[in-house]
Amino acid sequence: MKILVCISNVPDTTTRIRFTGSKKLDTAGIQWVINPWDELSLTRALELKDANPGLVESVTVAHVGPVSSEPTIRKALAIGADSAIRVNSDAHDAYFVAAQLAEVVKADNFDLILCGIESSDFNGSTVGGMLAEFLQYPSVSAVSGINIENGNLSLTREIDGGKELLSLAVPFVAIVQKGIAKEPRIAAMRGIMMARSKPIKLVEPVMTEPLTEIVSYEMPPEKEACRFIDADKPGELIDILQNVEKVI
Amino acid sequence: MEKSELLKSGEFLVREVKPEDIFIPEEYDEEQLMIARTCRDFLEAEVYQHMEQLEKGDRELMKSLLKKSGELGLMGIAVSEEYGGFGQSFVTQMLAAETIGAAYSFSVAFMAHCGIGTLPIMYFGNEEQRERYVTKLATGELLGAYCLTEPGAGSDANSGKSNALPSEDGSHYVLNGQKMWITNAGFADTQTVFAKIENDRVLSAFIVDTASEGVVIGPDEHKMGIKGSSTAQIYYNDVKVPSANLLGKRGEGFRIALSILHMGRIKLGANVIGAAKRAITNSVKYASERKQFGTQIANFGAIKHKLAEMVIRTFAAESATYRVSRDIDDLVGQYKSEGCEKGRATIDAIAHYAVEAAILKVYGSEMLDFVADEAVQIHGGMGYSAEMEVERGYRDSRINRIFEGTNEINRILVVDTAMKRAMKGKYGLFEEAEKLAGAIGSMEIYKAKKPDDFFTEKSGYIKNLKKIALLLLNAASNTYDRKLVHEQEILNNISDIIMEIYITESLALRVKKIELIKGDAGIYRDILDVYVYDTVQKVRKWAMDAIHSIDNESSEGLIKAVGDLSDTAGVNVKAARRRIADKLIEDNTYKF
Repeated sequence: MKILVCISNVPDTTTRIRFTGSKKLDTAGIQWVINPWDELSLTRALELKDANPGLVESVTVAHVGPVSSEPTIRKALAIGADSAIRVNSDAHDAYFVAAQLAEVVKADNFDLILCGIESSDFNGSTVGGMLAEFLQYPSVSAVSGINIENGNLSLTREIDGGKELLSLAVPFVAIVQKGIAKEPRIAAMRGIMMARSKPIKLVEPVMTEPLTEIVSYEMPPEKEACRFIDADKPGELIDILQNVEKVI
Repeated sequence: MEKSELLKSGEFLVREVKPEDIFIPEEYDEEQLMIARTCRDFLEAEVYQHMEQLEKGDRELMKSLLKKSGELGLMGIAVSEEYGGFGQSFVTQMLAAETIGAAYSFSVAFMAHCGIGTLPIMYFGNEEQRERYVTKLATGELLGAYCLTEPGAGSDANSGKSNALPSEDGSHYVLNGQKMWITNAGFADTQTVFAKIENDRVLSAFIVDTASEGVVIGPDEHKMGIKGSSTAQIYYNDVKVPSANLLGKRGEGFRIALSILHMGRIKLGANVIGAAKRAITNSVKYASERKQFGTQIANFGAIKHKLAEMVIRTFAAESATYRVSRDIDDLVGQYKSEGCEKGRATIDAIAHYAVEAAILKVYGSEMLDFVADEAVQIHGGMGYSAEMEVERGYRDSRINRIFEGTNEINRILVVDTAMKRAMKGKYGLFEEAEKLAGAIGSMEIYKAKKPDDFFTEKSGYIKNLKKIALLLLNAASNTYDRKLVHEQEILNNISDIIMEIYITESLALRVKKIELIKGDAGIYRDILDVYVYDTVQKVRKWAMDAIHSIDNESSEGLIKAVGDLSDTAGVNVKAARRRIADKLIEDNTYKF
């Protein structure tokens, strides 16, 4: 079984986001990391490989992005992925990314494809589903557990009030929730050293017109300070609501 | 840009250095950053959550965390590949030390194991000893300790009374003695123990297995800080140490001890930077949340002043730390190309930079004490509560001025070593000093001119400060000659001046290099502006103190010269510090 983990390159979650103009993210000083959901997927894929060495042949990561995202890819290799594929293009939108990843899967016949349920920057939650559709593969969303028992894959989904257990045959796309692995695996020194010599295959993008365009970004409004009104002066509250805020 | 010839230890006092000659943290490569990230991820995932329990002195927990760091390979960063390590450069070792330095007592236990616990055997052991011990120390299978200090032998380490007598058949030594303040004593499997063989005047070093009969570990000391680190006395009662466990040659122990101390000092210089950055991040987060008088306290000028000063000193220390780290890497390369074995090349290169190692130790530990103290102050009453991390940081910081050679010893070492190296003819310190003193009335003094470039001005002041240091060295050594060593107050003044020159110059070179790389050094210019201005004022005071204390007949000329050499243009330090603080507040974490 060949596992493909699709990874997205996102700003570290502690980043203070700034924009240059209304359409462009200011990337100065941003620390880029593997999307947390993808990192957990990778961790689980590696756990499956460790526990089933005969069955899981390889774990590969795929990424759509420019050369500047290679440090993030190498981090995935340092964590333990065997190889990586980078589609050499900006990730224009979810449709574009899914189309590129579909070509990657077709070219190498991956069996189990893992996608984080969303990326922590755009939170679109659409790539996994679209990818399955492009491939005409089944997909399972909100997967919180993947196990291999007696050579068969079983999946766990969190559903309202309980859990759902599924089993299905490869190939398929699993859209993965947090909970799939306990903690992301930390790149060990040996892994970091080995990442130097692991291959990153470069693939040129296929022609795909993005379906969406970002018109502008807007920062949330600054929170106003809380005003306290003396409990003995309810009239003051009514006055503010009526004449200042004009909500009643 | 071609690099100039490598600087000798202390030579910065008489030679100009170009920005391209130094390494700056902005030049870390991807792999170095990944290693730092691994260290940070490990602390976040495994260590910080257990801090409270570690504070209670849970030896088993500390041991298990150390083992986990070993599984990740973190204990092998400085160890050669042949012995199961990863043979990383000195810069990378220091970056890892800095990152782990943020982890309070875990950092002390980790560093003691990886540094003084492992490296004496790595650097001075024979092939068999390295195979037997280092390969296991590098993975955490064995944990190490370093046993030098005795109840009657602290700073004067060679006065230790521990004794080793060779057995009649030559198969072993019988070791007797008592060691104290031994870090990791509670769980170390392997110890490097210093003792005198028979009636030797100097120490020898031995590898002792804790499991040997007659080794008794005392209970952990009740300490002010770093409570999670096991510190205890160790007693040796007729312990049989196999002759094969003599480390290096008989009588080589003191040299081993000193070399390892240089290494420990320089790594401490990295540790404190990590601790300072964490304290700054905690402080700015608190200051941005805590409201008084209807606004966040981060908006007050007094708090901004503190935050900025914490950043400035941390950034300055970092600049010097990585400058000398790369110099060490370069010197290791040079020694190796001359045929020196890798392990020996590394420790010799570290020992070569003894002046800078002492500077980093003193400056770094005092920088962290300042930062930790201001962190508590910014937290106000909460800073005094054991619930807050900064309270632990404050207590834990204090030991840094004491261990790895007290700051008093190290201050003297700075001047003493620089003078000794110069006397050995390694560079013309005294010649330059005499030349300057001989022409004191007509020497060239930099004066800021309005159209001067920002960096020309700063380097002009630094050149002036170097002249002050040389004039004082000349006056002090002419007046006291060999008795100068007894004038510790004056030595301290000169030492403080030399240290500030190294730190300030490293900072100036770093900021200039940032400008060369990025086109505009932005906020870093503010850091340099404030730092140089402050340094010149401090140096003036120390220099005047020294001159009045020396009181020789040429002091009048000296006073005038120092006055002229310590004149700077004014700087709007309030505005500059506010800009630095504002960036910190905006980032809400240390990101300089």
